Amino acid sequence: MTMMQASGRRPSRISAGTIGIYAFLLIAAVFFLLPAWIMLMTSLKPMEEIRLGNILMWPNAVTFEPWIRAWSEACTGLDCRGVSVGFWNSVRILIPSLILSIAAGAVTGYALSFWRVRGANVMFGLLLLGAFIPYQVFLYPLVRIFAVTGIYNSFACIVLVHVIFGLPIMTLLFRNYYASLPVELFKAARVDGGGFWSIFIRIILPMSTPILIVATILQVTGIWNDFLFGLTFAGRDNLPMTVQLNNIVSSRQGESQYNTEMAATILTAMIPLAVYFISGRWFVRGIASGAVKG
Amino acid sequence: MSSVSIRDLTVAFGSTRVLNGLSLDVQAGEFIVLLGPSGCGKSTLLNAVAGLLDVADGQVWIGERNVTWHEPKDRGIAMVFQSYALYPRMNVRNNMAFGLRMAKTPKAEIEERVTRAAELLQISHLLDRRPDQLSGGQRQRVAIGRALVRDAHVFLFDEPLSNLDAQLRNELRVEIKKLHQKIDTTTMIYVTHDQIEALTLADRIVVMKDQKIQQMGTPDEIYLHPANLFVAGFVGSPQMNFFEGELTGGPGGAAFKSGELHLPLDGYNFNSAPVTGQRLTLGIRPEHISITENGPWQGFKTELVETHGADNLIWVGGHNHSLRLRQPGDCKPALGSPLTLAPDMSHISLFDTQTSMRI
Amino acid sequence: MDSQITNAGRPRFRNLAAVIALIPATAAVVVVYIGCMLWTVRLSFTSSKLLPIFDWVGLSQYSRLFLNERFSVAVENIVIFGVLFIAGCLILGFLLAVFIDQKVRGEAVFRTIFLYPYAMSFVVTGLAWQWFLNPTHGVQKLGRDLGFENFTFNWLVTQDMVIYTIVIAAIWQGSGLVMCILLAGLRGVDESLWKAARVDGIPAWRYYLFIVLPLLGPMIVTAVVLLSISVVKLYDLVVAMTKGGPGIASDVPAKFVMDHFFERNNVGLATAAATMMLIAVASILAPWLYQTYIRPAGRVA
Repeated sequence: MTMMQASGRRPSRISAGTIGIYAFLLIAAVFFLLPAWIMLMTSLKPMEEIRLGNILMWPNAVTFEPWIRAWSEACTGLDCRGVSVGFWNSVRILIPSLILSIAAGAVTGYALSFWRVRGANVMFGLLLLGAFIPYQVFLYPLVRIFAVTGIYNSFACIVLVHVIFGLPIMTLLFRNYYASLPVELFKAARVDGGGFWSIFIRIILPMSTPILIVATILQVTGIWNDFLFGLTFAGRDNLPMTVQLNNIVSSRQGESQYNTEMAATILTAMIPLAVYFISGRWFVRGIASGAVKG
Repeated sequence: MSSVSIRDLTVAFGSTRVLNGLSLDVQAGEFIVLLGPSGCGKSTLLNAVAGLLDVADGQVWIGERNVTWHEPKDRGIAMVFQSYALYPRMNVRNNMAFGLRMAKTPKAEIEERVTRAAELLQISHLLDRRPDQLSGGQRQRVAIGRALVRDAHVFLFDEPLSNLDAQLRNELRVEIKKLHQKIDTTTMIYVTHDQIEALTLADRIVVMKDQKIQQMGTPDEIYLHPANLFVAGFVGSPQMNFFEGELTGGPGGAAFKSGELHLPLDGYNFNSAPVTGQRLTLGIRPEHISITENGPWQGFKTELVETHGADNLIWVGGHNHSLRLRQPGDCKPALGSPLTLAPDMSHISLFDTQTSMRI
Repeated sequence: MDSQITNAGRPRFRNLAAVIALIPATAAVVVVYIGCMLWTVRLSFTSSKLLPIFDWVGLSQYSRLFLNERFSVAVENIVIFGVLFIAGCLILGFLLAVFIDQKVRGEAVFRTIFLYPYAMSFVVTGLAWQWFLNPTHGVQKLGRDLGFENFTFNWLVTQDMVIYTIVIAAIWQGSGLVMCILLAGLRGVDESLWKAARVDGIPAWRYYLFIVLPLLGPMIVTAVVLLSISVVKLYDLVVAMTKGGPGIASDVPAKFVMDHFFERNNVGLATAAATMMLIAVASILAPWLYQTYIRPAGRVA
């Protein structure tokens, strides 16, 4: 009788545990992917096939017509110009809101972490508190204020709202980042004669690239995905894509064009998804750095 | 040339007072080292001189000017930090030129001053590199260069060598010393917790503990005539030997007695008249005890020999005392061998045990 | 080496430019966060309808609010939603994080799949699930096509069940966030703990449940806070998925407030409901905020 001596690499065995782990992860993946898959399939089918067929199935005849219709023909009430209108509105809202809210957050965070201003900590505490309060608490008075100042229902209005409500998270983000920079760097710049703005622009800002990326990711997805502010402040002519999408779906009359609606939905998700897939780990970092979102 | 004068300085963070009515005068061109353990207030003092902290009370004078309320840049100071604090996105040249640019110095002059400082510190070949492409020693050289181009009257060093490894530390220590010899009109204030740095660099050392100045004096004064037990124990490695005992005999025939150990004190230069029966602590540095045939202290035994290369540290015990002797490298008494010891009477220190002050 | 002390009093300079730089943020705090909040609270004590009027009717809007059937449905819904959504996200997120942490192949792919819904708008999520759960074309039809003639899944149009469909959609969107936070926590757990557990023969599930889970405490708190915020703000998802229907069956407070502001022109009642939301949030957050921000800040100052 020969004895097997244990020697060298242990023969690998696929244990029940390993199978269990993969089985769970795969089932979970199906759960997470299913809605997206169904949306995609629906958007590629003609209506007849949707009525008869299986929502999971690959289309018999792939058609891109719903996508074209969603982009340029879908109707919101009587206005049939497609979600492209909302898309461009969202772009026009996004760009100034993004730049201004990041600039405001960076400057505020910088001032809070390196400079002494009486009452600044109290102000910061209240700002953070503001991030947690439901927006419904502020909306109506804000509407009144904007109506009185005459900018209600305009681009300026929606941009201002995004900057105001982006301020807590942006400030927190930059303040925490700046607090992690070595203080001695700031001291050296002071001895070298740097002032508030020259230290910020020449020394602090060039070191801020990582946090600027995180802030951009957070704000692009946050502002693009906004529904409430767009609905309340943007005005009929400037409605962002999310609001327009919801209007298209809810104002349908007769049998809905499900394929067109799903194409429009995917189109609306496109920008944040692109940011998500491209940014990868940065997106995760954004979440980890204290995401207070929507 | 600028002297620095700190008058009744109080610094407070919130309700905690970090410095309380501290005064210190530094002469122009002097190299002063602030030495002390963590939290003794030495860095706070330095930052207050730099204008990087708010002063609650008192004044800071640099030269003939009261700079208490001046911005750091207007004080005629330059500062070198422990973490180098080089601006990470600028190359070495721009790091050094930043302060001059802020002061709107003409371009040609900036160029000239940077070049000169770089040559002095032998970093000319590094001028176009970024800080992350430099080694620790090079970074600290650049940081010193950045201070140098400011043509400041007062240099402030905040533990500049603490982040470097032992060898680099020794190298740069020598360079800082040479630098001060070259620009001897510059006053230097140097904060460290490393006593070797303090002893080697300083014209005068200021020993601090618990936010208070314990002693101020030349390295020799600090080392040989420590003003109190703290200074005696903090400065010197290996540490001074201490014996607790009491004073016996009258004046003239005064002696120190600790258990069976006895030491006549004729020739000791008393600061204040001793009283018979006074509780005393006797301090002797390890190198001030010799092994002889007929010394006053007999009956010690060798317990341990630590080889340090150039010299050896010999731990001996006896009469309920344990003490360290520093002996030349060829002195290696066998373990357990009996020893007779002779303290060098010109280098002993006596402290009042209660007040811990030198007497 | 006095860094503890110097850091405690981070060098902060008085400077006019710094004061000016903080003006916008201060204005936002004073005007919007404090001003508008107080204004809303004040309005809740008035009889305002379409436009605000500044009379004083005491608590009568509140008594009207508590008698309002729609508001009680909304409150009941948000409680059901809040409990199930937070619990669901935590459990699913924790499981996902633990399973992903098993050095699996394609970890990055799984992570990407589990988190992508979080990048999307609630409106998109709502519409996607509305389509998926739609009884005429969605899951129910799928089941019947597969041969289960009597398969029924019509929660989306059933008054008693509709809130649960919203819970499912929200968990789908939010559990990736929890996974992400907890995974970061798991990666921070000292690996020698697992080695020690293996040497001691502790099974993996016990290791995770009794050793790792308690270590994740702060991460779980963070996740719960973030999830709670989205519970209170829940609005877009309901609008897109059910419009609060069928009837008022899936109404939530945020939607109640919005509808009474802008459609039913009952500002008094809407502000009373908004104030109730404010109180609810404050009572949840006060202890957490105090512990996380105020206390350490107090120590630093």
